[in-house]
Amino acid sequence: MTLTVDGIAKRFGRFPALAGVSLEARDGEFLTLLGPSGSGKTTLLRVLAGLDKPDRGHVLLDGADFLAMSARERRVGLVFQQYALFRHMTVARNIAFGLDVRPASSRPHRSVIKQRVEELLALARIEGLGGRYPAQLSGGQRQRVAVARALAVEPQLLLLDEPFGALDTKVRKELRAELRRIHDATGVTTILVTHDQEEAMALADRVVLMNLGRIEQIGTPEELDASPASPFAFEFLGEVNRLPCQVVDGVALFDGFTAPTLGEERQAGQGEALFRPSDVRLDAAPTADGLPVRIVAMGGRGALRSVECQALSGHRVSAELPEHLAGQFEVGQRVKLTVRRVVAKVTNPSPAERPAPLAKSA
Amino acid sequence: MVALAPSIGARPAAWREPSPLPGFHLAFGFTLTYVGVIILLPLAALVARPWEHGLDGFVAAIVQPRTLAALRLSFVAATMAALVNVVLGLLIAWVLCRYEFPGRRVVDALVDLPFALPTAVAGIALASLYGPNGWIGSLLEPLGVKVAYTPLGVFVALLAVGLPFVVRAVQPVLQDLDAGYEEAAKTLGATAPQSLWRVVMPALAPALITGFALAFARGAGEYGSVIFIAGNMPGVSEIAPLVIVTRLEQYDYAGAASVGVAMLALSLIALLITNAAQVALARRGGR
Amino acid sequence: MIGTVAPRRIESAGPAVLVLAALAWLALLIGAPMATVFTQALSKGLGAFLDAFKEPDGLAAIRLTLLVAVIAVPLNAAFGLAAAWSIAKFNFRGKAVLLTLIDLPLSLSPVVSGLVWVLLFGARGWFGPMLDAGGIKIIFAVPGILLGTILVTVPLVARELIPLMAEQGADEELAATTLGSGGWTTFRRVTLPNVRWALLHGVLLSNARAMGEFGAVSVLSGHIRGLTETLPLHVEALYNDYDFVGAFASASLLAGLAIVTLVAKTALERAGRVAAAKGSAL
Repeated sequence: MTLTVDGIAKRFGRFPALAGVSLEARDGEFLTLLGPSGSGKTTLLRVLAGLDKPDRGHVLLDGADFLAMSARERRVGLVFQQYALFRHMTVARNIAFGLDVRPASSRPHRSVIKQRVEELLALARIEGLGGRYPAQLSGGQRQRVAVARALAVEPQLLLLDEPFGALDTKVRKELRAELRRIHDATGVTTILVTHDQEEAMALADRVVLMNLGRIEQIGTPEELDASPASPFAFEFLGEVNRLPCQVVDGVALFDGFTAPTLGEERQAGQGEALFRPSDVRLDAAPTADGLPVRIVAMGGRGALRSVECQALSGHRVSAELPEHLAGQFEVGQRVKLTVRRVVAKVTNPSPAERPAPLAKSA
Repeated sequence: MVALAPSIGARPAAWREPSPLPGFHLAFGFTLTYVGVIILLPLAALVARPWEHGLDGFVAAIVQPRTLAALRLSFVAATMAALVNVVLGLLIAWVLCRYEFPGRRVVDALVDLPFALPTAVAGIALASLYGPNGWIGSLLEPLGVKVAYTPLGVFVALLAVGLPFVVRAVQPVLQDLDAGYEEAAKTLGATAPQSLWRVVMPALAPALITGFALAFARGAGEYGSVIFIAGNMPGVSEIAPLVIVTRLEQYDYAGAASVGVAMLALSLIALLITNAAQVALARRGGR
Repeated sequence: MIGTVAPRRIESAGPAVLVLAALAWLALLIGAPMATVFTQALSKGLGAFLDAFKEPDGLAAIRLTLLVAVIAVPLNAAFGLAAAWSIAKFNFRGKAVLLTLIDLPLSLSPVVSGLVWVLLFGARGWFGPMLDAGGIKIIFAVPGILLGTILVTVPLVARELIPLMAEQGADEELAATTLGSGGWTTFRRVTLPNVRWALLHGVLLSNARAMGEFGAVSVLSGHIRGLTETLPLHVEALYNDYDFVGAFASASLLAGLAIVTLVAKTALERAGRVAAAKGSAL
């Protein structure tokens, strides 16, 4: 099932929850909608499920108008944040519900439903829990039931709203892998909402990064990692350092070194550079190029160590170095700092046609 | 449990937030019709009626000594009974929550009896119990205490009627009150009365006020359980609802409605005062 | 319920005094009146007690009381469900006003709850002349008794359901909808089972109140023996005639109803707790 979302907009009062969102999910694809709270990701999911009506835009499923259908007719499997299991029904009744409520003409025979429930219990790896009530299950088990219940109707689309939000870290990682396995086994087109970038990157074929009701970037996790489209994308997808810089022709100029810029900033002028701790390099040689800094703290265990540096200007930068490199340095040492790549944000553009005067060293 | 809630800052643009759940119009329409016919329309008739002889007519209907005395009796007796019920209701709730004794569950269920017992039954039972020949009345008679057919009888009937309101308001709070709370007070050197007064009572105060308000509201309008024991002497032991009944028997609709509106207004004022007390209490508690 | 205090055994004199004082007070205000009802009813022997139920006016009063309850209780239950469905599962403006209105009858004196209908339909009421012309009798007749009873018991089911359904939220109903369930099916298979104990609880209370209502009905009935007397009014009439055995015999029937109500209520609350442990809430 190919899902096409075209120009969806939705306001709540004066608050624009969605400001024209377009995307496409290919058949069998696993998309994650990633963004901070208020970015519109949940509203988009509700629109797809039929729980909210958009003010503008179209949604097509394999070319058919999806918005014309009611939530009841859409046959989407929706997994709620708190799962919304029917508390007075056993796990088996919960899973069978979508089949049970079909009109007599299209309702499968009892034995078929029973068999289908068994299959789903096995798929979700909760065999033997069919007779329990939701209150008797752990959080992780409830989530499995919710997924199985959503899949029972053989949905055209599986939608999940922050399905790991209510779980502790260990269970979360385990269920993440389970969900991906279930997706791969069923091949159902899946859209998952999350605010956790690690989760989004780990699960998805493609990530849809949202902010303020708009899509910032769509891409595979690798693409997002390698070429973030905006400072927001760069910042949201990982830890960042900030240093003031000058930007000319796609190159960021610092005291003592330059770095190529990623993304779409084409303006020249004064601004700020954002970069990952893992892109920072330190050199102990006094003659080396780079920003002179002093190491003020070191921490971490294992293969990656963090090194905190402070420039003369007072700016602090944290670097992430492999263990063997970090071992060469000690707290208090003066070193030179360079950065492999940055995302630049020009805040004070220089007048056109007149390149900004370069810093001392270029 | 409102997951999938619309994003923050959401405000309904229309008078109703759209929902994919069906049945709103049917259910809401039925609700409004029912409220309109059963509650609003009759209430409008009540509020509109006293003014047919102008404001003067209303005032005249209220300031008659007999009416004033009846209103005073209903509201004063209700206040006093509710106050006593606050103390004894707390005692009963405390005993039911804190001590195990034979028959505790039966007693616990019995507290609700005045909720379920028809008021007329309570009325004739109290009248005959506290009457001169009743089990308790005959004991009190030699002491010179007359309960039945006096204002004291009104008070006793309201004690019985209001008791469960206080017990049921306090009980859940008392039950959830962390035992560690009192124990902490004890380890800090507080004596038992100190810990009760400084630690337990402030936590219970909102529930006690709620219980008081409910018992009072019930008592001020009470009819069935009172009229048998009260004796209904005009100006002495006649309660306000009985004045309404009497006026209706004389087809004085405006006069009856005037007393009804006055009772409603007094109840609302009492409600406002108890609400203000709750708010003041909450503010002092920093909540 | 963290930190719930378990009742403990009495080991010293202080608590024993408290318990005895509480029990004495309850005995004085609740126990003794109940005992009076039954002892007075049986004071002239079982025969006299049973005779009270052979009297045609008494039987008519029982019949009318049942009729009123059979009509008023289901109506108020339907209202409670409709009100709770619209208030707890949907968001709209004016909800607080609606809630206040629904609660209002609780702060009315029963006599006022009767009075308002007289003001509407009585001989000098708003619609009185109109009804007179049409030959329709509401006041001093069964419809009036019914209206008074309904007004007194309106909030009882709604008040049980609204907080519970609001706390449960609409997620389960939304889930059912996305699974293809229609409105009626969702209501019947998801909503109703989730509130069944609270619904029964409310029905029980409003039944007890409907059968025992005195003040409102007393204003509206006209006290015509055998025709417009409900059981509580019949108790009053017998008592005022100094037929104490008859009055207390009839009263014992109502007291029995109260006891049955309390037992059923206690059982329901227990069933609700068991169901809650299983997942379905009271």
